[in-house]
Amino acid sequence: MSLLEIKDLAVSFRTEAGRLQVLRSVGLEVDRGETLAVVGESGSGKSVTALSILQLLGEAGRIDSGQIIFDGQDLAAFEDADMRAIRGNRISMIFQEPMSSLNPVIPIGKQVAEPLVLHKALSWRDGLLEAESLLRKVAIPDPAGRLSEYPHQLSGGMRQRVMIAMALACSPKLIIADEPTTALDVTVQAQILGLLKELTRETGAALILITHDLGVVARYADHVSVMYAGQIVESAPAPKLYKNPHHPYTQGLMASIPALDGEVDARLATIEGQPPDLAQTTKGCPFAPRCNAVQPACHLETPPLEAIDTNHLKACFVR
Amino acid sequence: MSELSALPQLQAIERHPAIAFTYRLWRDKRLGAIGGIVFLLFLFLGIFADVLAPYGMNDTDLTVRLQGPSWAHWFGTDHLGRDVLSRVLLGAQLSMIVGFLAASLATVISILIGVISGYFGGKVDMLIQRFVDAWMTFPDLVLLIVVISIVGPGIPQIIIILGCLYGIAGSRIVRGSVVTVKESMYTHAAESMGASTLRILWRHILPNVMPVVIVLFTTRVGATILAEAGLSFLGLGVPPPAPTWGSMLSGAGRTYMYLGPWLALAPGLCLTVVVYAINVYGDALRDLLDPRMRGAR
Repeated sequence: MSLLEIKDLAVSFRTEAGRLQVLRSVGLEVDRGETLAVVGESGSGKSVTALSILQLLGEAGRIDSGQIIFDGQDLAAFEDADMRAIRGNRISMIFQEPMSSLNPVIPIGKQVAEPLVLHKALSWRDGLLEAESLLRKVAIPDPAGRLSEYPHQLSGGMRQRVMIAMALACSPKLIIADEPTTALDVTVQAQILGLLKELTRETGAALILITHDLGVVARYADHVSVMYAGQIVESAPAPKLYKNPHHPYTQGLMASIPALDGEVDARLATIEGQPPDLAQTTKGCPFAPRCNAVQPACHLETPPLEAIDTNHLKACFVR
Repeated sequence: MSELSALPQLQAIERHPAIAFTYRLWRDKRLGAIGGIVFLLFLFLGIFADVLAPYGMNDTDLTVRLQGPSWAHWFGTDHLGRDVLSRVLLGAQLSMIVGFLAASLATVISILIGVISGYFGGKVDMLIQRFVDAWMTFPDLVLLIVVISIVGPGIPQIIIILGCLYGIAGSRIVRGSVVTVKESMYTHAAESMGASTLRILWRHILPNVMPVVIVLFTTRVGATILAEAGLSFLGLGVPPPAPTWGSMLSGAGRTYMYLGPWLALAPGLCLTVVVYAINVYGDALRDLLDPRMRGAR
């Protein structure tokens, strides 16, 4: 049995214009120790998927249907108090913005120690000792000296290391990293992702890596799920997906990566059009209006996610 | 300025936030810093008024009625021969007591209403904000006069009324700040860590709205001192014979304005200086504590 299995997850948000269906039917699976990348463009529902695992959708968001089975329990049915015992303890999350994800008025030692005090009933003194070894683990120089420093005294990369230390504090089974490196320099990106990968391997934690960067996916993920307009359109082991993308959207994404040996002044390949407006209820495949292999059936019915090979799923009528 | 040579020194200072802050206040906001010093001076005078006052506040000596400033009576004497300096000092004490207590009460009320309204949002927020709206349509002075005429004048009444009045109005400012902090990434990060609502409020929201609260408090001290003086001027404040700046202005000050202008000048100047000092100090604090102004000169 896999560590986390999301089945038919549908999530909507209340807006002034009515309910917005952000996730239609999302299915994901992560095994212990595995790294799953969820790829998609802005607004495709990657982050909402991540937030609904922890039930952090806010007041406006609601899980309409579906199951989130984590370690044999359905989190979608959990009460808030029960969820609090999971958050930061068995599942932890790393956010996109290391610059603003740390509380500016609390020294970083205390921030790293907080989940331990909260979930493991450690005293602040023991928590800070543990925080020091966590900071050492994420390769922050002079960890003992850093404990009393404030977030503004650290660089972006250092802050993201602190966030990783916080996420690792309670040895969670699952870490969700929502675009952990988007705000960082390219060289720092590689360091942070390498560190994350290494530490999850060490602790045996599973990692869900949410990103729009296919380069990141290629290097660090075991399995990839491609999202489009609140649905998974293709899901496969990373090497397979790269070698043999099946869904026209995935193919389009791959084609728009500039080749290093390509012509310098060649125009980048793009996918024409815009992602669909989620407020409009559309029939058929959401990608159909932009698809270059579109068939009449695509406009009538939403293609189901079906296995086309071992471990390889695709939601498309085109064969 | 050579940035490099200043760097080690700045880093050393940065380790003590309070010292660094005072240093920055003095360097960047000289007027505000002086305002702060003047304010502290008045606070000191108020606290030790009983010791510092050369005469008792109601020591009358009819042989020296309405005398101008002299070595014996620095600020002159009033129509009953009371020492004006002593009365001004004791008036400072009263002003400080009223100002601090009323501003503290106002701040506590502002925080309570602002945090509940801002953090919980939705219907709670709607209800509270409509109540605050309704409250603010009432003219302050009318409300003060009505309540004082019902319960009668006295220091506790004034503190409670001023505290409620400014507290409810100020809750708007705290609420706005809470809404911003609530939507910040670190609040979401704390939620994702499994922190409870109370913990988030206490450790993440409250400390981050403190800059706003501190500024609100300082400006409220000035405003309540002024309001108390206004009430006393109208005869609705602290009852005589206790000396307050407001009643000194309206009583002997007004009656003997031509014979003894010092009677009005002494309390009037004190009032002006202290409120001005608090306001420039509050402005300086706001500029320095506002993250958007950080680094700006």
